[in-house]
Amino acid sequence: MLEADNLECVRGERRLFAGLGFRLEAGELLYLQGRNGAGKTSLLRMIIGLLPPETGEIRWKGEPIRRAGESFRADLCYLGHLNAIKEELTPLENLLAAARLAGEDLSEDDALDALEQVGLAGREDLACKYLSQGQKRRVALARLVKERRPLWVLDEPFVALDVAAVDWLAGLISAHLQRGGLAVMTTHQRVDIPAGTIRELRLS
Amino acid sequence: MLNIVAAVAGRDLKLAMRRQADIVSALFFFVIVVSLFPLGIGPEPDLLRKLAPGVLWVAALLATMLSLPRLFADDHRDGTLEQLALAPHPLGLVVTGKVIAHWLVSGLPLALIAPVLGIQFDLSTDALLVLTGAILLGTPALSGIGAIGAALTLGLRGGGVLLSLLVLPLYIPVLIFGAGAVDATVSGLGGEGHLSLLAAMTCASIGFAPWAAAAALKIALE
Repeated sequence: MLEADNLECVRGERRLFAGLGFRLEAGELLYLQGRNGAGKTSLLRMIIGLLPPETGEIRWKGEPIRRAGESFRADLCYLGHLNAIKEELTPLENLLAAARLAGEDLSEDDALDALEQVGLAGREDLACKYLSQGQKRRVALARLVKERRPLWVLDEPFVALDVAAVDWLAGLISAHLQRGGLAVMTTHQRVDIPAGTIRELRLS
Repeated sequence: MLNIVAAVAGRDLKLAMRRQADIVSALFFFVIVVSLFPLGIGPEPDLLRKLAPGVLWVAALLATMLSLPRLFADDHRDGTLEQLALAPHPLGLVVTGKVIAHWLVSGLPLALIAPVLGIQFDLSTDALLVLTGAILLGTPALSGIGAIGAALTLGLRGGGVLLSLLVLPLYIPVLIFGAGAVDATVSGLGGEGHLSLLAAMTCASIGFAPWAAAAALKIALE
């Protein structure tokens, strides 16, 4: 499903990695590891198509992602280290706006259900600027609850979460893998994902 | 296609309504700059009538400039811009939605208040009508051209000044024909030709500018 060949990444004057490749099939999770500055986030940005690789190619369902364009992006869900939520909007409005901009139909009931699952019940109508860091992260993660697009790309999803939320998110990712989804993520914490095949890629 | 434009514009309008201070401050800037001229020049109706179109238009350009740096900067800072770029639609349509929302909160209020300010300059009713029409027709072009500048200077330090240097020269045609429309009406020539040209500039910039801005945004996101 997702393949990468001979990727090279140059940031500024420095070459971060070269000759990097991987293959990922349905139901598989790719863990990206490496010290700070090894190029994990750069690789994620290459996979989602925001950063063109110096050399090499990334293919989704056999087609290069740059050519696939919109049909690739329709299969992709990206969660960056920024939350992508608007401080002035409430969690509910954020969730509905994000779904609408991504071209998905999300009903208000589904959105409320997702917010309840991330533990934000009763705070749906509070502007996000009044929420704590962890709660803002939960608003961002609530997008994943009803997310059925096959490829999830997650940049440090476990940051700022408490222990219970880490377990909940691991469960959500394994449910996604069980449905035949793919996931690529970077993390510094080792979190056990109960289902799916786990591949590791170490950048050095 | 229209769906995504409406979704982006609707979201931006909702955000603008929660942050009304931004809209009000640009509007008051416009009111104060325009009102300073009669005070500084003195009560000479003939001179004021001559100056009015140029003063109102220059103030409108500057007021539009005030809100431009934030067009993409907020979305860039909180990560929303990445999500917009990853949405399964052409980025140009997303930018079109943002330009429309920008015009509704910056250009439209200027056009609505301009006739009131025009009275300070002793403009006739005809001239006031043409002035309102010209600002109404010309400001969408300002938002469109401004979006290119805002996208090009996104994430740069001191981007605000650079943005003015990039965008203000491109505003010159709008300024010339916008002020010219009122002048032509005052002198009895009729401003229809100027207004048609303004409308053409607006159509062209709403059609093309978002795609140029989208290309600049893709570079800024790399």
